[in-house]
Amino acid sequence: MTTTSQQRGLTRRELLSRTMAAGASFVVGSGFVAASDAAWATEINALKADSFATLVQMARDIYPHDHVGDEYYVIAVKGYDTPQEVDATEAGIEMLNGAARGKSFGRYLDVGWERDRVDILRGIEDSAFFQKIRGGLVTGLYNQKEVWPLFGYEGESYSKGGYINRGFDDINWL
Amino acid sequence: MAAPFELSDDNVIVIIGTGAGGGVLANELAQRGISVVALEAGGRYLPEDYVNDEWESFGQLAWLDPRTTSGDWRVSRDFANLPSWIVKAVGGTTTHWAGASLRFQDHEWKAATNYGPVQGANLLDWPIDGAEMAPWYDKAEKKLGVTQTNGMPALPGCNNYKVFEAGAKVVGYEQVHTGRMAINSEENDGRMACQQTGFCFQGCKWGAKWSAAYTDIPRGEATGNLEVREKAHVARILHDDAGKVTGVEYFDADGALQMQEARAVCLAGNSIESPRMLLNSASSMFPDGLANSSGQVGRNYMRHLTGSVYGVFDKPVRMWRGTTMAGIIQDEARHDPARGFVGGYELETLSLGLPFMAAFLDPGGWGREFTTALDSYENMAGMWIVGEDMPQETNRITLNHAVEDQFGLPVADVRYDDHPNDVAMRSHAYARGAAIYDAVGATRTLPTPPYPSTHNLGTNRMSENPRDGVVNKWGQTHDVPNLFVSDGSQFTTGAAENPTLTIVALAMRQAEHIAGELSRGNL
Repeated sequence: MTTTSQQRGLTRRELLSRTMAAGASFVVGSGFVAASDAAWATEINALKADSFATLVQMARDIYPHDHVGDEYYVIAVKGYDTPQEVDATEAGIEMLNGAARGKSFGRYLDVGWERDRVDILRGIEDSAFFQKIRGGLVTGLYNQKEVWPLFGYEGESYSKGGYINRGFDDINWL
Repeated sequence: MAAPFELSDDNVIVIIGTGAGGGVLANELAQRGISVVALEAGGRYLPEDYVNDEWESFGQLAWLDPRTTSGDWRVSRDFANLPSWIVKAVGGTTTHWAGASLRFQDHEWKAATNYGPVQGANLLDWPIDGAEMAPWYDKAEKKLGVTQTNGMPALPGCNNYKVFEAGAKVVGYEQVHTGRMAINSEENDGRMACQQTGFCFQGCKWGAKWSAAYTDIPRGEATGNLEVREKAHVARILHDDAGKVTGVEYFDADGALQMQEARAVCLAGNSIESPRMLLNSASSMFPDGLANSSGQVGRNYMRHLTGSVYGVFDKPVRMWRGTTMAGIIQDEARHDPARGFVGGYELETLSLGLPFMAAFLDPGGWGREFTTALDSYENMAGMWIVGEDMPQETNRITLNHAVEDQFGLPVADVRYDDHPNDVAMRSHAYARGAAIYDAVGATRTLPTPPYPSTHNLGTNRMSENPRDGVVNKWGQTHDVPNLFVSDGSQFTTGAAENPTLTIVALAMRQAEHIAGELSRGNL
């Protein structure tokens, strides 16, 4: 981590207001998105920081796993933070915010309850933007090897000799 | 080791494809001293190359050339350019298959007779039967080292099987066991025993599962009579003015067009590519495609009913540990129209890793209904439904001239509509699968839609009468005497069983027939 939002000059009040608005676990700074507990931070290259934060929130709302930290969702959508993807992504975020306003909220990030955010997403789920983000998450999120243990999945087993001596038939509750 | 044959050597038999049909046929002919050139579109991967990683393996092995889909099947919506999950490699889909090796039931060879008229279905009896095939099944089971045959013990049951078996017994099923699997339960044929690794679909790194890639193909090559040309993508089959095939045009590994002359050609490129090649070989003599006077080339595409049921429990199962598919319930495989459909289905254990579960559990699904299911991944058990689907003339492979592959050839469009019999059978199977898991305490069951097809069948079907199908009882095309079909596309009907054992048995039988015809001077 090279710097933090606070070092870039955001006041604590600004941090809190942005954090609370989204009800999310990350804070937004100029050019940065970081966890409120500084567990992770990512530099934003092409997107607006708010847009990236919106994308992370959208990813979590599409595939919500309460035991999976934001850092994995960040990795899953980081590919949109490129010069090639920035225009389409910003346009998509703008559409999403428009959909939120259409349901009498402010920006998507300002919507406090997942139920309301999902309702907004349902309204745009046939859009190319939504389908692109959702489709990308299927591999972007679930094919992260670091995510697998959070679901109990053990991945590769050949190098350990398979499960012949490691519990292939150890079920004991039937 | 490989015997290099000249492109101009018109004495060779050219086999297109090296999977369960082509790979076995190549070896069986080579063992009989017959010169064979096998053209394989994919590269060569062996156990040391296989990877225990679902997406990485998919990128390594799967047939990913462009295809299109149409029809009302859900695969067309969810995976518009991926109608099938099959392999492009030496050994074909025997790299990926789960190993289930079941014989057809006797009544299934004569579906038209035994099921009677089914509206909208293009049912036909096979011109062969169980008695004809019994000795070939014997040979095929021996070749593949099938468990519970020829003294090969059954595989032990893994966690996923134990849940499946316990539920099956509670609901009253009796034919429940760990399957007849082409997976060594003990060392056999120079290959080691199953280590319960999982990842059967990604290529067995132990070589415990039979695959043509490391059995029949190297054995054929060792005779000096078989040359396998890798990354050889067939464009079309050529013929002379007399209507006999003379050779095969293909793009070699460098993309250069080559022509291999041939005494006879055996087509074994799977039920999507085989009819595509015949259709792409249309000429002034065969304007509707080679060997297509019946109009049946590409029609009657079958894919088995399929569908899965996953059960979620309140305690861990860890279904991924161990053999992917080593558990079967056969009680529903019978033909019993009282259930509301003709034909039957097998239930077989299945597991997917987390990445593929996310992709296939409910394609397109999102939100907490989806994610709470995945949250219980560790507590899931899974089964797959393999049922007989109805052949329909309109379910077919056609050429899509609007889309070209990397060689400029029109791609295959795969059209499939579910028949009402398919829908009724799937509904029945979903309910039975859920009942099995509920019986042992499932807190939730998930009726999962069909994956892209692994069992692609019927598009060059076998018929007694040349009017009704593409090949005769030997897999020889009705129209072209030195052109054979050697893969699952010759299936007249699909039966309820996983097709590989039958493909292998038919290939072994066809090899003996071709050798006989050669010695009789008929080819």
